[in-house]
Amino acid sequence: MGDSATITAPQALDKPAAPTKPYKEPRIPFSRVIKQHWLLYVMLLPAVVLLALFHYYPLWGIGIAFVNFSPAKGLLDSPWVGLGNFQRFFGSRNAINILRNTIVIAVGKIVLGQASAVVFALVLNEVRSRVFKRGVQTITTLPNFLSWVIIGGIMVTFLSTTGPINTTLQAIGAKAIRFLGDASVFPWTLIVSETWKGFGFGAIIYLAALTSINPELYEAATVDGANRWQRLVNITIPGIAPIIALMACLNLGSILNAGFEQVLVLYNPVVYKTGDIIDTFVYRVGLIETDYSIGTAVGLFRSFIGFFLIMLSYWLADRFANYRIF
Amino acid sequence: MAMVEERGVADRIIDVILYTVLALLALACLLPFLNVIAISLSGFTAVSSKSVWFWPISFNVDNYGYILADDVFIRSFGISVMRVLVGVSLSLLVMVVTAYPLSRDNIYMPGRTVFKALMLFGMMFGGGLIPYFLSLSNLGLLNKFAVLVIPNALNIFNTILIINFFRGIPPELYESAVLDGANHLQVLFRIFLPISTPVLATVTLFSSVGHWNSWFDGLIYLKDSSQWPLQSYLYTRVTTRMLQWNVSGSADRAGATFQQATPEGLQAAMIIIATIPIILVYPALQRYFVTGLTLGAVKQ
Repeated sequence: MGDSATITAPQALDKPAAPTKPYKEPRIPFSRVIKQHWLLYVMLLPAVVLLALFHYYPLWGIGIAFVNFSPAKGLLDSPWVGLGNFQRFFGSRNAINILRNTIVIAVGKIVLGQASAVVFALVLNEVRSRVFKRGVQTITTLPNFLSWVIIGGIMVTFLSTTGPINTTLQAIGAKAIRFLGDASVFPWTLIVSETWKGFGFGAIIYLAALTSINPELYEAATVDGANRWQRLVNITIPGIAPIIALMACLNLGSILNAGFEQVLVLYNPVVYKTGDIIDTFVYRVGLIETDYSIGTAVGLFRSFIGFFLIMLSYWLADRFANYRIF
Repeated sequence: MAMVEERGVADRIIDVILYTVLALLALACLLPFLNVIAISLSGFTAVSSKSVWFWPISFNVDNYGYILADDVFIRSFGISVMRVLVGVSLSLLVMVVTAYPLSRDNIYMPGRTVFKALMLFGMMFGGGLIPYFLSLSNLGLLNKFAVLVIPNALNIFNTILIINFFRGIPPELYESAVLDGANHLQVLFRIFLPISTPVLATVTLFSSVGHWNSWFDGLIYLKDSSQWPLQSYLYTRVTTRMLQWNVSGSADRAGATFQQATPEGLQAAMIIIATIPIILVYPALQRYFVTGLTLGAVKQ
């Protein structure tokens, strides 16, 4: 749901498959395991409760997507409509718009975000002054750790028709751009601001990979007369290609994740046509207008596709980059 | 010789270009912040005539004075601090206690694999916003502070990070303790935790930032805005201003209650105050970026 990239630590990389000790099918009776290691089960108890309450219990609500839900009646006494809610949504003119907006914005962010992080890391890697490098990295990484509320507040000020950018544009004779109020510009505002916020942090993973390239390769290449460009193309880029491929695989999982919090902060009715995404639609129609059934149906559709996309991305990452999360 | 010399010059030109590009990028990240800082420190007339760019005009700290005298702001700031303290401690405790049994692969523990699979599935699939909201409502958590810290106490991704770190702890370290009769809790708290600083610091820092930055949960799960954390409060201020910005230029309600204050100036001051805690922990965060990335490598 939320923008998890900003709150969780980055993925652990270069991880060999889990070192599972191949214990032979043990013949230890369960009662003995309990007697010896009962504490392990006690320790798991809080997680069992939290998982049950906040991850599995809410699944009852999936039923809401198939009824005409009224909170007063409850799920079981609300009239069954089968796939009616899905038909209602997909039959509406909104549906195409919302799906298209979600995918366009998410794909734009993935492509521009990854490309800018890679290029930034490569450029930074060419710089020899450590102080300069550190300074640039410190400044460019900071926005990643601020909420979209803060960044949104800054953008509203900075991008307003009287703000620095538009004043400059007008001073050089160009027309002012309504970054947040023009439907044809708005998706770009989202894509570029997300990239602006994230490229510094996104580069860290590539910078870490760059430091692990064997320096002897560069020395040997220099001796052989390779110039800077040739070293970049023949050593540096192949050196981080596996990480680039891995991140591309993992990014595949977020094709339906267009950035709920960002859009919610920045959008307004003027730009719904190009800026409304699945998540904001679910929030607005489902929670604000309390059309619970439509909200749940659309949300379920998104969860379902999202789940398969994530499975696919993990499968690809495992297949081509030996990446496992456990 | 001449060739080498020439290459040196070309290299230097490339360097100049690269340094310039990087400096411009850093500037692009910095300028929006400078703009907001300058506005927050400028006088009423300068801000209302939209003439402040990157340097304060008629410097004063009135905006900060107004904000710090605003009860709603102070209360929401306190709630944010509380949610970071309570939320992160609770979450850390739950996660290490969960990670321990799941990381001890050499102990035969029926059910472990199933539980891990349930965790993974739970992380990847959810019922969506509406069922979640209604479930919290059924559980009686709406409109209580607890809704900000309990439902997210078990962060599955961070738990996996801790599990992977625990797995890398050499068995010799705890085997002797086990022989001395230490139980699992003692092994966890006396042997595992003291040597797990990198992963614990990483998780603590990232979840502190996460709690500080959260606003959507406060916004929808707490009806009474007096219970809101800072960022939820700030959200309503930002969006109100944007609506006006699209419709007209009228001053908003809070702006009207403070004479000689502009909504822009007040909001800028709020943004800066909400950013300061992040700046304070930022140096520590920076130390653990790469730790977070390379945690897996510790395992070998």
